[in-house]
Formats: sequence, structure tokens, C-alpha cells
Amino acid sequence: MALPRIGVLALQGAVDLHIHALERLGVESVEVRRTEDLARVDGLVLPGGESSTISKLLVINELFEPLAERLNEGMPAFGTCAGMIMLASEILDGRDDQLSFGAIDISVRRNAFGRQIDSFETDLSVIGLPESPVHAVFIRAPVVERVGPGVEILAAVEEGRPVACRQGNVLVTSFHPELSPDLRLHELFIKGMAG
Amino acid sequence: MADLTPGIISRTTGTDLVKRGLADMLKGGVIMDVVDPAQAKIAEDAGAVAVMALERVPSDIRRDGGVARMSDPEMIQGIQEVVSIPVMAKARIGHIAEAQILQALQVDYIDESEVLTPADEAHHIDKWAFDVPFVCGATNLGEALRRISEGACMIRSKGEAGTGNVVEAVRHLRSILGDIRKITTADQAELFDWAKRLQAPLPLVQEIAETGTLPVPMFCAGGIATPADASLVMQLGAQAVFVGSGIFKSSDPALMAKAIVEATANYLDPDILAKVSRGLGDAMPGLEIGTLETKLSERGW
Repeated sequence: MALPRIGVLALQGAVDLHIHALERLGVESVEVRRTEDLARVDGLVLPGGESSTISKLLVINELFEPLAERLNEGMPAFGTCAGMIMLASEILDGRDDQLSFGAIDISVRRNAFGRQIDSFETDLSVIGLPESPVHAVFIRAPVVERVGPGVEILAAVEEGRPVACRQGNVLVTSFHPELSPDLRLHELFIKGMAG
Repeated sequence: MADLTPGIISRTTGTDLVKRGLADMLKGGVIMDVVDPAQAKIAEDAGAVAVMALERVPSDIRRDGGVARMSDPEMIQGIQEVVSIPVMAKARIGHIAEAQILQALQVDYIDESEVLTPADEAHHIDKWAFDVPFVCGATNLGEALRRISEGACMIRSKGEAGTGNVVEAVRHLRSILGDIRKITTADQAELFDWAKRLQAPLPLVQEIAETGTLPVPMFCAGGIATPADASLVMQLGAQAVFVGSGIFKSSDPALMAKAIVEATANYLDPDILAKVSRGLGDAMPGLEIGTLETKLSERGW
């Protein structure tokens, strides 16, 4: 089977880091800024960045509706940090005008760990990656406060709060696998693309 | 709940990865200077990725003269209360105590900034000693690498703040990125000479030779006044833009702010740039560099 072509939503954020990660896995990537870019991709990575800014730019670039449609049709997606917020069905502590796709049935609280001074690194056990813990970098990170039926929790921090979830072919993490050399979460996403 | 293994081993804050990581998340965005909560709200509404809290925008500092210092903590906290995006604030060059106060206020980034009056004529702050990350200005690659060796986690080209004139920003960006390009083609022996000429640590010069990029994100500041200016510096290689006086000294700040956000995200798309540049009213009044009494970019060592 040919390797899929993965889009990286390139409106704002750490787009380059995801592209490098995909490159290192030998996967072709496409920067997605406009509707026509969407037609060329089999799956989409929504990167870390400022979720309220990305939400605005999705509307301005007239990308929100077409992307929502693709996600509804079952396009695989991987959201990290701001990307997780964008894919969630509910945003807590967001801006009033902030949109999300509801591609995974979770409620996500923005900036749940505090300001930058509280940003941290840690080692997490992730279900499906049994060999060793994943080194996870949390930056002004969100956390999952509610998971709907059918959502699998893949990792949690010590209070039992989920920080990695999966529903079908949609994968989300509070942390930034794109900041670490460990590519297993990107691999997990690509392997799971078939659903 | 599903069968999950909560496996925390330890949690570490203030690491290099965490500090540089926030800069990575701001890429492609616009960081706006604001002097009060109302302006901060306008900036966030327009799509800013962060705001820089300061007492006066650079063009007013330039006009008023006198000593420019760190902002009143009450003002910074007022801004932190009204926005949910990161809040940065400026400390004077070498002013360790101002930086400590800003860290205590939990600002998200500290700008050790030449826009304020320097507190030390020889030394910058030892930024490794802080858990909050620092951004520093640079006019050339040597200055950028000295700041990185002191612990800066983001570099912004300085430009000439408060002028609305992009020419210095372009000069500094071209100087920094041009030298990086030259270093990538230098041989091992030449790298020693580069380190000597740049007055920069050899290991950082060698790292650039290998990676072809600065070890930290590189943004642009100083003189950006229009959406086209933002596109220009992004095309030259800046990874995000700081806009100071350019927004709140224009005739319609909310409109200008939104247009610069759109232009930065779509900097390669002339159709969008044309659309967002229309009907913005007056940009901030600009200054010719040759007429300036003080060049802020010359502060920093």
C-alpha cells in the first residue's frame, strides 16, 4: 500500500516541527492553508500553536467549513495541544468566539496547567506503546476533562486527567510529540489512519 | 474510565525544551505591544498569538525621552486578567531585579529589550538562571549567538523600534540570515574564524554550520507598520512578527491588527495581501532613520 499523504494545517504554530517529524518517517506532507490544499491530503495534523488565533484564521481563510466536512466524512486527524482543542467537541476556558470541529467527543480545558512557568516535561506511559514511556513536553497545555463513549484514553497525568485520547482514526495529545525525537505517536496516528 | 496506566515519573519545569517550545508555538503569529487591558483585548480579538505589556509604545518612548523602565506590575496583571493568550513584558538590558519581578508575576516571556533604557552597559542578564524564557533583540548573527549563549530562547531582529520604518528590520534580518547561509558553506577551519569575527561561541557556530538555522526561533521586530511589511519580513525568513507602535498608532488599530494577522499567516499569497491591505486608513506616521537622535538598536553588547 502506498504511504498516505498527510496535510499539516499551516495557519499558525509549530507547523515546521510536524513536517520534520513526518519527513523523518518518510511520509509526504503538504501545508494546508486553503481549501484546494485539502483535496490533496489523506489525513491532517493540527499542530500546536495559539488555538484562538488558528480558529480565527480558519474562518478568515474560509477553511473551517470544508475542513469540518472532511472530518465529518471520516478523514483521519492528529491534533497536538492547540490541535487537540480544535478537534474537541467542547472547549472550556476558551474565547466565546472560538470554534472547534467536534471530531472527537471530549471536553478540553485550555491552559489547564497554568502559565508558561508551569509548563513541564515528563515521562508518560501510553497505551499501545509498551516498549518505554513517551517523553512528553507540555506547554501551557490543555487537559481533557470529559470523554464521551467510544473515546479511548491512552495516557493520563497523575491526577488521572487524560492527556492523550483516541476515537476511531482521530488522535489527540495535550503535549507536543513534535518537540521530541520520539516519533511513535506520529507512527501511531499513521498506522491508525485506516480506522 | 478505560484501563489506563497513570505513569508519572517526574515533572520538570523551566527546561530549555519547554522554554524554546513556547517560541515554537508562536511561529506564524503576531505579537502585539499593548499598554492597557483595553488594547490587550483588541489585540486578542484580532488574533494576536501573544501580547507584550509595556508602559508606552516605542514611538512614545522616543518622543517623550527620559528613562524607560519595566511596566507597573498592576498594569501587567490587569492585562493577564483580560486575555487568555500569553503575556510578555520587557525588562531593561542587564536589569536582573526587573526580570525577577516579571518572573514573580508569571509573565510568559521576558523581553530583555533595547527599547527600555539599559541598566548595565556591559552585561546582559544571565537568562539560564530563570525558569521563564527570554527573548532578546539582535542586529547581527554575533549578537544573536551571544544572547543565545546567555540563555535567550527566542531571538528577534531589532529593527528600529518606534519608527514605522521597516528598513532596519530588513537590514538586520538579511545580516543574520545571510551570515547563517554563508556559515553553512564554510569549511571546518573557517568556522574558527567565523566565531572570532562574530565574537560568538564556537560550538554555536559549528551547530549552525550543521543545521543551517539558529538553535532557537527567530522572529522580527522594529518598524513593521503594514500588512505588506509583515509579509516582507516573513518572506525574508522571519518566523513570526512583533508589532509595536504599528498597530495602536495607526488610525484604526482593530482593523490594522486583524490585517497584519491575516497577512502574516498568508504572507506568500499576494491576492490575500491585496485584499487585507485595502481601506486600512492611515498607518502610523513614519520616521526617516537618518533623522533619529537615538538609535535604540545600538543598545546591547
